[in-house]
Amino acid sequence: MKQAGYMALRLTPKSGLARMMKALSVLLLVFCIMGIQGTVDARAAQTPSEIQAEIAKLNTKSRKKRTEAAVSLAKRGDPMLLSLLLALREGSLYAWKPAGGEARVVIGGDAVKRGDKEFLPLFEAYSNAPLLDALGKPLLVPIDQVKEIRAGRRIRRAIRPYVNRLKNSAQLLSPDPNIRRAASTRMARLGDPNLISVLRKFLAAEPHWLTRIAFEEAIALIEMKSVDAKVRLAAVRELGEINGLNAIGDLKTAAGLVAGNKGDTDPAVRAEAKAAVDEIEYYLGWTSFIDTIFRGASLGSIFLLMALGLAIVFGLMGVINMAHGELMMIGAYATFVVQGLFISYLPENLFGFYFILALPAAFTAAGLVGYLMEISVIRHLYGRPLETLLTTWGISLVLQQVVRQVFGAQNVDVKAPSWLSGGYHLIIGVQFPYNRLFIIVLAAVCVAGTYLFLFRTRAGMRIRAVTQNREMSTCLGVSSRRVDAWTFASGAGLAGLAGAALSQVGNVGPDLGQNYIVDSFMVVVTGGVGKLMGAIVAGLGLGGMNKLLEPAMGAVFAKVVILIMVILFLQRRPEGLFATRARGA
Amino acid sequence: MTKRLEEKFGGAFLIAAALFFVVIMPSLNAFTSPDSALHISGFTLNLFGKFLAYAILALGLDLVWGYTGILSLGHGVFFGLGAYCMGMYLSLAIGAEGVYKSALPDFLVWNQVKELPLFWKPFYSFPFTLLAVVTVPALFAAGFGYLTFRTRIRGVYFAIITQALALSVWLVFNRNEMNLGGTNGLTGFKKILGLELNSAATQRGLYIATAIVLCGAYLLCRWIVSSRAGRILLAIRDAENRVLYSGYTPSNYKLFVFTVSAALAGVAGALYAPQVGIITPGRIGVLPSIEMVIWVAVGGRGTLIGAIVGAITVNWARSYLTSSFPDYWLYFQGGMFILVVHFMPDGIVGLVRRLPEFAKKLMSKRNRSGPSPSGDPSAAGD
Repeated sequence: MKQAGYMALRLTPKSGLARMMKALSVLLLVFCIMGIQGTVDARAAQTPSEIQAEIAKLNTKSRKKRTEAAVSLAKRGDPMLLSLLLALREGSLYAWKPAGGEARVVIGGDAVKRGDKEFLPLFEAYSNAPLLDALGKPLLVPIDQVKEIRAGRRIRRAIRPYVNRLKNSAQLLSPDPNIRRAASTRMARLGDPNLISVLRKFLAAEPHWLTRIAFEEAIALIEMKSVDAKVRLAAVRELGEINGLNAIGDLKTAAGLVAGNKGDTDPAVRAEAKAAVDEIEYYLGWTSFIDTIFRGASLGSIFLLMALGLAIVFGLMGVINMAHGELMMIGAYATFVVQGLFISYLPENLFGFYFILALPAAFTAAGLVGYLMEISVIRHLYGRPLETLLTTWGISLVLQQVVRQVFGAQNVDVKAPSWLSGGYHLIIGVQFPYNRLFIIVLAAVCVAGTYLFLFRTRAGMRIRAVTQNREMSTCLGVSSRRVDAWTFASGAGLAGLAGAALSQVGNVGPDLGQNYIVDSFMVVVTGGVGKLMGAIVAGLGLGGMNKLLEPAMGAVFAKVVILIMVILFLQRRPEGLFATRARGA
Repeated sequence: MTKRLEEKFGGAFLIAAALFFVVIMPSLNAFTSPDSALHISGFTLNLFGKFLAYAILALGLDLVWGYTGILSLGHGVFFGLGAYCMGMYLSLAIGAEGVYKSALPDFLVWNQVKELPLFWKPFYSFPFTLLAVVTVPALFAAGFGYLTFRTRIRGVYFAIITQALALSVWLVFNRNEMNLGGTNGLTGFKKILGLELNSAATQRGLYIATAIVLCGAYLLCRWIVSSRAGRILLAIRDAENRVLYSGYTPSNYKLFVFTVSAALAGVAGALYAPQVGIITPGRIGVLPSIEMVIWVAVGGRGTLIGAIVGAITVNWARSYLTSSFPDYWLYFQGGMFILVVHFMPDGIVGLVRRLPEFAKKLMSKRNRSGPSPSGDPSAAGD
């Protein structure tokens, strides 16, 4: 234990905390912004008069005129008309003449029986909104007061292609902005000029900024196919301005950058397209840069979470715990078990909360295993690091096999709660997945919590005291054995938390721990033993570096290069980033 | 008493053991009829050939860990380098008899490599291969050791770095771009020096070669540890700073012993590849590398003979347990790591050495009749 005595824990208290708080507040801000995003569906349902007139034309005896009207409605590509056309196809479109009013075309719902008479609830033909009576209740009309608008085979066949297309644009009405965006992209691909007005209308009502841009992009993409060079020029300029990432292929073709294609016939459009391509590619460079930074931060915070427990166990106590990865695995499996309990015993709508409960469960489970490890085995090996290494490796093999026999050798399925799926769109082309953001926040909270625990609580003070001078602490009445056990258990608990977090981004299987153990030890070695700050900087640094190198040389060679860099780095600073000035023992 | 016993019988025992492995075992395989009780099947001989190759590696590991106190968790890398060198020779020796009837090894054809990569070409020559088997791992170890020992990276730090090395090399060898067979490694060998590799006689020859190399390796290690340099190695293990302050340069000695150990591992790998018939990255990674350490621990570190005993015992137990109780091998292995470190720090050899002492104590206890006031704590665990 003598060496450990020299390894004073230092986190440069003031500046370290301030820096952490800053990082935390930035992340909180990000989450707040995510909350503010407005809810959708503010589209007013007023029927435009020309469409109204056209709908009225459906109510005619002439089959030819009816077909004409139906086709011209369908051609409009307005998704609001989908329900009308579907009703027409299914024979639930009716002409209804209210008492003392003009005949209107309405959609009929499922018939309701009242006594021996059948009634129909009616819906507005365009908006599909229920018609209300004077009291504000849904209007029920006796079935014999309405007349079906017949749609023969001819009509059905005539409108079929348009209906299919409309189903596509009907997704513009979806409450999910992702679906709306995808629909607009598909509409752009269809390239039907009729769709421009539809997109324009929805653009005006669209509450989500990113989706608005997607709509603009789709409009411009369709306009690029216009015969009018002026329209094309404007569209190309627009695409350049809004950084239409989906348009880059079309723009390249227009600029004549694709082999075997001369590009747009109009030289002005060609030049503008070239400029737009440059602009978008420049923008793409930025987005991929931001993306890399984010992924680096995300991997770094995973490393950090893993290394935090090690920084306590290895850094403070001088114990090499090769079973650290398996403690993470236990945390991940604890998450799996909590998830299973929620599925079998609690109502479905509570499922989202399982992860909140899984975090303390993972901490406790791993902490308990760690506690047992310490009092049974590791306690007897203090001061013999190489022996500890081998013993804990043995423990890790046993733990793996136990998990393999209890849960099976296959990976288990840990589902993300709904509030962790999806992501936050920062700008076009950059999406931060919520689960990654969550891990960053969790890592920050864990670092802050560990710091506060070590430097602001009595238990933390005892830990530091035993680390710095075991004999003196014992003399002053600190039970160093108990402190050792609890320190180890809390380090193990942090590993469990890391495992729970990992379950959201990676596979959960018996060899989960093995995949990360080398990485986390590299973080500790690079950061320097006994310094929380070292673990933080090294974790984020190695994670960032990994992601920075990955695109250029692939995951494997990035890892190798990082190992070489760590070895070279240790040439200059053998004690790690944040070395304590102490004589080697 | 113990010392005298070892001095008296140690040498004789070693010679007997060497004779047994080099002469008797292959003779029992070759000259007895398969029905005889003394017959050793080709399968068993092959298995022992593998174990003896492992024992060569364990000797090197004992040199660095048991004698110099450097725990290397990356010896699988050196083993693998040696094995891959030999594997490349064997792959080229297949000639055009592969599945694709091409002069290139099958996997290269499959990966659509048109021409033999440059670094493969020297491996047409057997003498070059023999040279490479020793020098490639040794040079690699020397480079790696130079960087690490120079900055006095030691103890657990060194262990962790070597583990990371094992992981990286494993990752690299898994890649197809390396033109070393990727995950599947090198296999499908047919000939060595023009002889049919799979014939019983060739395999027996390989076994004898392995046993002889093992004897040679043992003598080499014995010579190193009993030399003046060997004493400095021990001193480095026990008090590196004092060695430094006495005017020696520990890093040079460490580099030397690490390089020798890597060369031994490479030779072991080269003997392993033709006997097992396949070499994959799976033999390189973190797991096999750390398993090698337990061989030495079980046999008894710092004894040389313990390394050999450990490698054979553990691997024999492994091949028995993984076939009979596949689910329990990991428990056994994990338990070995825990128990050996706790209760048998000197391994099997330590136990055997303490036997006379133990017996004497038992005798005196019986003579005295009645429990002794304080039991020997070190003996209690055994």
